Amino acid sequence: MTSRDVVLGRIRSALSNDGPVPPGPRDYIRSTNNAPGSAPVIELLTDRLVDYKALVKHVDPAGLPAAVDAALDGMGTIVIAPGLPDAIAAACADNGRRVLTDASPAAMTPQELDAVDAVVTTARVAIAMSGTIILDGGPGQGRRAISLVPDRHIIILDEDQVVETVPEAIGMLEPTAPLTMISGPSATSDIELERVEGVHGPRTLHVLIVS
Amino acid sequence: MTTFLGVPRRHRGPAESPLRGTEKFPKAAHRELQNAQLRRNLAHATSTIRAKRALVVQEMPDWEALRDSGSAIKTDVMARMPELLEQLEVNVTARGGVVHWAADAEEANRIVLQLVQATGANEIVKVKSMATQEIGLNEYLEEYGIAAVETDLAELIVQLGHDKPSHILVPAIHKNRTQVRDIFLAEMDDAPADLTDEPRRLAMAAREHLRRKFLTARVAVSGANFGIADTGTLCVLESEGNGRMCLTLPQTLITVMGIEKLLPTFTDLEVFLQLLPRSSTGERMNPYTSLWTGVHPGDGPQEFHLVLLDNGRTKALADQVGRAALHCIRCSACLNVCPVYERTGGHAYGSVYPGPIGAVLTPQLTGMEGHNDPNSSLPFASSLCGACYDVCPVKIDIPSLLVELRARAIDNDRDRTIPGGWDAAMRAAAWVMSDEKRFAAIEKTLGVGRVIGGRKKRIRHLPPPLSAWTTSRDLPAPPAQSFRDWWKNDHQAPSAQQES
Repeated sequence: MTSRDVVLGRIRSALSNDGPVPPGPRDYIRSTNNAPGSAPVIELLTDRLVDYKALVKHVDPAGLPAAVDAALDGMGTIVIAPGLPDAIAAACADNGRRVLTDASPAAMTPQELDAVDAVVTTARVAIAMSGTIILDGGPGQGRRAISLVPDRHIIILDEDQVVETVPEAIGMLEPTAPLTMISGPSATSDIELERVEGVHGPRTLHVLIVS
Repeated sequence: MTTFLGVPRRHRGPAESPLRGTEKFPKAAHRELQNAQLRRNLAHATSTIRAKRALVVQEMPDWEALRDSGSAIKTDVMARMPELLEQLEVNVTARGGVVHWAADAEEANRIVLQLVQATGANEIVKVKSMATQEIGLNEYLEEYGIAAVETDLAELIVQLGHDKPSHILVPAIHKNRTQVRDIFLAEMDDAPADLTDEPRRLAMAAREHLRRKFLTARVAVSGANFGIADTGTLCVLESEGNGRMCLTLPQTLITVMGIEKLLPTFTDLEVFLQLLPRSSTGERMNPYTSLWTGVHPGDGPQEFHLVLLDNGRTKALADQVGRAALHCIRCSACLNVCPVYERTGGHAYGSVYPGPIGAVLTPQLTGMEGHNDPNSSLPFASSLCGACYDVCPVKIDIPSLLVELRARAIDNDRDRTIPGGWDAAMRAAAWVMSDEKRFAAIEKTLGVGRVIGGRKKRIRHLPPPLSAWTTSRDLPAPPAQSFRDWWKNDHQAPSAQQES
């Protein structure tokens, strides 16, 4: 008998006297009247992100390259993923910055990524209520490691990617994609439960919301 | 509660383990309470987190609806556990993961050891995980020459300090900033000499210390907050980014997950990703949540093993009342509001699961092996105030479970050849109270209590066996007049009243 049989056998015998369980309630809020990208939703997301000490900027498409350039001020080497829009990639290279594209031709090692100053990515969806931005490895986002090892992360969001509630966002995700949910720069509350921003993940998080 | 003096010990208690200390709770608590620094640290930390949690829970208009759903989903998980585990196994396997089953701690440790040995690595990085604490994985690997490096800041503090965790979420909650600095200076070879006790500086020291380990680690071991049956997705919530480092950079990832950590569907995350962070760290969302399904080609670990752990969970599941403790999502909100935990801290419980949830979970995972088992004392480590139930995000009725387990601890004791003080006292009380004359006679003697009680009307010390009561609490002195006397004086026969 394998341990699998043993464990499953124990569970079945533990449950042997039970009847079926009726379906549970789902009375929580799934969505509100605020459409994705509407003014109150963007305002809420901004408030939440600022609370996490993220640096938030609202830009129009024409102003985006300049905003990217400003967010990368002082940075020398930038990593991006395939699929990042050309105008953004070009802005990354402004002011003589070196731009590396991960996975082209080869995936960068952790040590190589450690020598990079900043990463610029897009995202899949953002949740206003909790101030959360979700990456799913799609075009412009790349492997999970590239948005982790560099110390500065610039995320570019289209305003219609911003939904208000957690259930709205969960419903939009492909479960089997490699998913990372980001709510502010890395932080810890492990010393006296006082929050300190910036530990192992990027210590600086810029969010550029494009309208 | 306290043991009466003079009760003969029939045998020594069961062996020490991560789930079982060496002393009963009252004794351990008594010692911990002498530590004024510990009490200051705990009072500061728990009051901070309580205030944060209250704020972010208050702003949720549907909090109670979320709790109801969370509770119902977990009830469903328990009822359908075999099919959900099989579904999880199928989905993880289909995506390139390997699923292992471990009936107990020893087997889980052996599986992890063999997997690590197969990679040839002699060092692993670890994401904070209660399941691996519970099985004593680090100590086990160390015996075989494999160093397990804890990467969560609080776990690192505990590991460097050769200490034990005292809280589910913040294992070093019992240490203040100055103590943390002293541990770093003494034990961290690369700690800057001018390190101050500013939390930011301490966090930066940990960043420097662990950076190289993250970049070169070949194997990581993690736990899981959730394992999603219908997709095979595993989920880890964290704050620092150490979790992402471990889950993303090494070639091999080994995840140890308790079988109760299941969620039936990916959609269920919409409930738990709202309940857990707000209950746990008092944040609207934790900084980082990672979700992965088997192996993602070209992204992250290319070898993934999931170890499904029983280790007493099926014992708890077999109890229709007690199984509610398995609903726990390890947020630790119940610890932070508990008046007992806040004063004694986690070490007094002797288990890696302390506080109210620990007091109901631990004895069920290990069983209560009679009077001398320290875990038989855990269900009594509570004032039954109910604060834990109020804050529990999945509505575990911890006070009722405590009462249920207390009854069981007493029942376990019934075969003792010489009755304990509790039994003797109860039998004596039954004999007195079952006869009116006896009761009246005893009542007459209570006047003595007023003398002992003195001006403060409190009896602080009584001789044995009554000292068992007064060692842990005062006894109010009896009132000047008993109810019977009052009744006699106040309710004279109607005929007598008319006459006057």
